[in-house]
Amino acid sequence: MANRIARAGGALVLVSALALSACSTGASTDGGTDAAACAPSDGPVTLSFTTWLPGMEDAVAIWNEANPDIQVEVQTGPNGNGGTYNNFFNQIEAGNAPDLGQIEYDALPNFRVQDGVVNIADCAGVLDAQDQFIDWTWSQVTFGEENAVYAVPQDTGPEGLFYRADLFENAGIAIPTTWAEFEEAAKAVRAEGGYITNFSQSDINAFAGLVWQADGQWFKNDGEAWDVTLDSPESIMVAEYWQNLIDQDLVAVLPPWTDEWNNGYNSGDVWSWVSAVWGANTITSGAPDTAGNWAVAQMPQWNEGESAAGNWGGSSTAVLKGSEHPYEAAQFALWLNTDPEALSSMNKTANIYPATKTGGDLPAFSEGLDFYGGQNIYDVFAAAGAEVNPNFTWGPTMTQTYTDVADGFSAAISGSGTLSEALTNGQQKTIDAMKAAAIAVNE
Amino acid sequence: MSATTTPVKKHNGPRESLFSRAGAMLVMAICTFYFLVPIWWLFVAATKDRADFTTSAPLWFADFNLIENIGNLAAYRDGVFFRWMLNSVLYAGAGAAIATLFATMMGYALAKYSFRGRETLFNVVLGGVLVPATALALPLFLVFSQVGATNTFWSVFLPSIVSPFGVYLARIYATSSVPDELVEAARIDGSGEVRTFFTVATRLMTPAMVTIFLFQFVTIWNNFFLPLIMLRDEKLFPVTLGLYIWNSQVSQIPEIRAYVIIGALLSIIPLIIAFLSLQRFWRSGLGTGAIK
Repeated sequence: MANRIARAGGALVLVSALALSACSTGASTDGGTDAAACAPSDGPVTLSFTTWLPGMEDAVAIWNEANPDIQVEVQTGPNGNGGTYNNFFNQIEAGNAPDLGQIEYDALPNFRVQDGVVNIADCAGVLDAQDQFIDWTWSQVTFGEENAVYAVPQDTGPEGLFYRADLFENAGIAIPTTWAEFEEAAKAVRAEGGYITNFSQSDINAFAGLVWQADGQWFKNDGEAWDVTLDSPESIMVAEYWQNLIDQDLVAVLPPWTDEWNNGYNSGDVWSWVSAVWGANTITSGAPDTAGNWAVAQMPQWNEGESAAGNWGGSSTAVLKGSEHPYEAAQFALWLNTDPEALSSMNKTANIYPATKTGGDLPAFSEGLDFYGGQNIYDVFAAAGAEVNPNFTWGPTMTQTYTDVADGFSAAISGSGTLSEALTNGQQKTIDAMKAAAIAVNE
Repeated sequence: MSATTTPVKKHNGPRESLFSRAGAMLVMAICTFYFLVPIWWLFVAATKDRADFTTSAPLWFADFNLIENIGNLAAYRDGVFFRWMLNSVLYAGAGAAIATLFATMMGYALAKYSFRGRETLFNVVLGGVLVPATALALPLFLVFSQVGATNTFWSVFLPSIVSPFGVYLARIYATSSVPDELVEAARIDGSGEVRTFFTVATRLMTPAMVTIFLFQFVTIWNNFFLPLIMLRDEKLFPVTLGLYIWNSQVSQIPEIRAYVIIGALLSIIPLIIAFLSLQRFWRSGLGTGAIK
């Protein structure tokens, strides 16, 4: 563990070295000069904040009321990969980026490498806030660097196993606690005419969550250059496990987020889903006929008796390059992501699950849900959140990696190639893409 | 069908065989079906509540909830959807009107006045037809950034009021439909050039203007990339961008899906109205050209 953290620290130094040429001035501000840059501004300021969370105005209104001198304006756009990240980069280039922006954890390294986010470690209160956040989220926003904070964690997606309690019970199949049991259960479910779950061919970040749970890594930074390890032993192990289930026709392979896929759950053809906490709403909405029959358990383990968890999704609030008011922006970002009132508001309008250690104590998470047979499913996710491996690192070109691996996965589903081969190919394409972007890679 | 290229009068020409007519009808029927099914699906889906949407047959009605769905859409986020519709009508309607005026004026000038560099100018404009609007969005963003005008109404409106294709069409049409003698006669009667343009030329060019207007209206209405890059303030969004953003939030807020569907249905209504109300001009225009 200590070893890993030390390595991650080294990685941080390397990231600065990797910054593109335009970053050389930015890199120097990582040190002491930021303290001066992070002094409070004189007089009232107005901050712009771009986010794609619906209803952010409600949370911001609470802040604006209490802080007449630091007014925040909400701007919106499509989700990150849907266009907002590109917009951020364009705006940073043109010098008119918003003061604050929402950035998912898997996109943050890209912004760091391109010097698009401001290090707010020297802004008052930022470093002290570390204890309030779940450990792994903090390493996502610091990259393990000393005296560096590139964003404030906002939400997380700890994973659990959503399952049809009624179907498993009627069929007399025990809820699997290990992946070995999961395969056995899959055979039993298949004998009943159903599929235990659906393997998503396009949610590569969900697959990454499974690798994450298995203590695997896809990227690493040794201070000089990136290591790309999409084909690490853990990653290949997970791929081969699912390939085996696919080969035996034990899992459905419906394209995710389609009507067909919703219908698979709604009709009871598919019995479980390893998904993040926000998946609770997806099921409620997509499978309305199954209300009351679902429950949530810890996700299956690779080794019996463990309680490792993966994570799927999650965002942070970053101060973007060019902001004239990093101090005020940082204060707002801290408040937004730690204040119980703000978190409740965002949970209400956008279903976010906070990244703070006490976020699970919000009133919204303290009640049983009828859709899940009265179970308080958030207890399971709160426990999972604490077990997520803090050292998983995202790479600087995740959009490209996702696309290439998803292409390979789709091909594997239709019978050409395997999931492992898709990862090996994705590995090479990622290395090529990083080289093309002048990012140093170890081969 | 290729027989129509010979200059024979229609009624005297050889009658097409029953087989080939049936074949043509079949092809058209298939095409019509192919184009209408998605719209039919959209209409049916827009009448369903959330539960029916996943559970009932996709191409037939369940409980009819169209009015309620529209009500929910109007209530969501204080009816911002209708603001987007209004914005789109403004961007597309006013933009297309001004673009039509500019294109017609330039096309007329290129057709009726000979001056040095006329063909060069025309070729430059023609070059503009070849450059896709998408490729210009980023340069436009940087230009508007220089003057601090991104995220404003003008950042989407101003780039919409030029139509190189319209200029091309207007020139071709003016050459063939506005006789030089008529312009000459107007001059002799003491009409100024501007007055001649507005009182004589525009009347003769109406079919071309309608075509330009419709093309430009649809282009602006469907223009998605430029607003995506330029706008961040929800109040300025056109409906295409707004729906796209909602659609990207579906995994977070599944109930938004219903709003995207009903919104998509409502968003095509103005286009249908524009086409139905203007197509008679359009048809007469194409017919005129054909007879000549």
